[in-house]
Amino acid sequence: MEKNKKNVGAYLQEYGALIALVLLVVGISIASPEFRTGSNFLSLLRQSSINGFIAFGMTCVILTDAIDLSVGSVLALSTALCAGMLSSGVPAVLAMILALVIGTALGVVSGFLVTKGRLQAFIATLITMTVYRGLTLIYMDGKPISNLGDSFALKLIGKGNIFRIPVPVILFALIFAAFLFLLTKTTFGRKVYATGSNAKCAKLAGVNINRTKIIVYGISGLMASLSGLILLSRLSSAQPTLGEGYELDAIAAVALGGTSMSGGRGKIQGTLIGVLIIAVLNNGLNILGVSSYYQDVVKGLVILVAVLSDRKR
Amino acid sequence: MHIEMKGIDKAFGSNQVLNQAGFELRDGEVHALMGENGAGKSTLMKILTGVYTRDAGTVKVDGKEVEYKNPQEAERAGIVFIYQELNVMFDLTVEENLFLGREIKKGFGVCDKKAMRKKAREVLEMMGVSIDPGELMANLSVGQQQMIEICKALMVDAKVIIMDEPTAALTQSETEALFQVIQSLRKKGVSMVYISHRMEEIFELCDRITVLRDGQYIGVKNIPETNMNEIVKMMIGREIGERYPSRQITLGKEVIKVTGLTKKGVFHDVNFSVRAGEVLGVSGLMGAGRTEIMQAIFGNLPYEEGTIEIEGKKVTIKNPSQAIANGIGFITEDRKTEGLMLEKSIRENVSLCNLNIISKHSVLGKGDEKKLSQRAIEDLHIKCFNAEHESGNLSGGNQQKVVLAKWIFTSPKILILDEPTRGVDIGAKKEIYQIINKLAGQGVAVIMVSSELPEVLGMSDRIMVVREGEIRGILSHAEANQENIMTLATGGTI
Repeated sequence: MEKNKKNVGAYLQEYGALIALVLLVVGISIASPEFRTGSNFLSLLRQSSINGFIAFGMTCVILTDAIDLSVGSVLALSTALCAGMLSSGVPAVLAMILALVIGTALGVVSGFLVTKGRLQAFIATLITMTVYRGLTLIYMDGKPISNLGDSFALKLIGKGNIFRIPVPVILFALIFAAFLFLLTKTTFGRKVYATGSNAKCAKLAGVNINRTKIIVYGISGLMASLSGLILLSRLSSAQPTLGEGYELDAIAAVALGGTSMSGGRGKIQGTLIGVLIIAVLNNGLNILGVSSYYQDVVKGLVILVAVLSDRKR
Repeated sequence: MHIEMKGIDKAFGSNQVLNQAGFELRDGEVHALMGENGAGKSTLMKILTGVYTRDAGTVKVDGKEVEYKNPQEAERAGIVFIYQELNVMFDLTVEENLFLGREIKKGFGVCDKKAMRKKAREVLEMMGVSIDPGELMANLSVGQQQMIEICKALMVDAKVIIMDEPTAALTQSETEALFQVIQSLRKKGVSMVYISHRMEEIFELCDRITVLRDGQYIGVKNIPETNMNEIVKMMIGREIGERYPSRQITLGKEVIKVTGLTKKGVFHDVNFSVRAGEVLGVSGLMGAGRTEIMQAIFGNLPYEEGTIEIEGKKVTIKNPSQAIANGIGFITEDRKTEGLMLEKSIRENVSLCNLNIISKHSVLGKGDEKKLSQRAIEDLHIKCFNAEHESGNLSGGNQQKVVLAKWIFTSPKILILDEPTRGVDIGAKKEIYQIINKLAGQGVAVIMVSSELPEVLGMSDRIMVVREGEIRGILSHAEANQENIMTLATGGTI
């Protein structure tokens, strides 16, 4: 029963990712004066928001003992459709809202495949990932769409600043708070954890497991399409290959944050730290002039260390 | 083979599990090892077989001091441990399981399938079980899987077989078959250590009994010279009084009425009703369809025909949440895989069925949840560090109390308990009986499925006997006894 006596090791485990983040920031700051500027930190946060939204959605999915490989393709397809609407003159706000609705719907389709279709999450979302990417290529005919018009709303979401803080960063903070609330303070959050912790038990306790899973896939799709909008705004064009491999960065962030890949255990705060670690590595290693080939190796090793330290519990 | 263990100490961290424990096994005897959960029975046997290393003490086998480094070494010496959680590969065949790690080879690592098939048939025949060696393990009943585990022990010419709760998941007939095997092995000079909570079995089967309490050796008795009360006293260190507490019975209105419930091939034309304040015991062999009937009533198993009425009104129950909305609570037979989130705290488990109580508009209230789990711990005397204690680290009895708590707070009108005291030690068993009685006293209609006849007889107002998916009879408390229940359960008439 002496479980609650926490020793140094336990603290290291619980805050390992946070300590790693602090060490990385301090280390790179010492090495590079360019890194430690306010404007670089803001741009680092802005860069991290793209992966951040996806990773928050992914956290919910993984907490239910599932996975969503389709996020990159959802991002591409919803963004392509949004760009198509914009170039054919649909009002920007409407097009953006529709993009979010489409993203949610695309996620829900994966949810249905997993629950009603009884496919394994990995396979189901591998299918949607492939199909959505294909649909994107068909829709765009393999070519980018760049005549997006000159709308204020589209510019604002990716390039705008409010009180000198980039809008994506503000959204990042707000959506983090929303996820924190959802997972820790609502009955839905409990159902997410219960579904991943012991689905049979949750079902017998009256939790509608299928509905819970469909909703988390919807959330994941919504977040992917939001990331897509920010990318669209920043790049001023939609590319058919947009978002390729984004699922891996999101899953890496979730894993770095200590969320169990078998569901039921994990925190959105952890994912936030995971997202920041990846962003700091990307940004910092770039500034330090490390070749991008080496960057991938370093990222992989950091994830290895984080996951190993988590396994000891 | 003669085994003597003396002065065994073992600690896990600061938790002293064994403290001067001892045990002696003679040639060709069946020796019961008893004690409450956590008394150290399994740990002691794991030290014997090299799973754990001991901190102090001596182990002598046939007079020679030994210390096996791992279970394989003990196995080579002829000592085999059959664990409670069966150690079988579900995706392999019976034969592949039997020969796992000791395949008969033709050379160059190629298996001699014919020779293995022949040997497998021989062993299965000797055990008197009709199982095809080519059958997938997953297709066998738990009882048959248990038999395969014993066959595995026989394959290595075991001189000592240790069985941990072997009958916990067996049907009556499988239990009888197991006992016959044990008797015939005893005649061949094989010694057996039999760990069980079931007194009746031990007195039927064993020659001697060693009792452990809190990791200490309490004593050894010859079965003919002792009785259950004495053993219970040794186990818990005090008198427990009546095993089944009595209660005031006041029956109210009919709360649930099931008519013509049918699911093809599983259960057929099930009719019964339960009144407020009544405890309906449900007896029958394992696999008779008791659990399935209850799962169907709770909406977790679809059925084809039949109606369920609650308080006179016909209800549709298609999933557990509708059942809960209709005032039904359900405690499953398998708390580890269905009843609890083992890695979650007591608080989170108790809350799961009661999210509506602790939330407003789907937002969790601040203190409500803590209060609820605190009440559970106090009302049901859950022994724990605090409400944040991980459920998986609780003893069986306390885990079951957490499950009970989570359902009691839903204020059910009907509470279905499937094997409520399985794997629960005697002290906690009695507490669970008291909780059941208290609920019945408050007017809850209780349905209790149990494979332990004394428990059904001791607790129920009426007893419903199920055989092969059919209700064979409903006996009043006065007319029920072990004989007529077993007669009905095995297909006879009374």
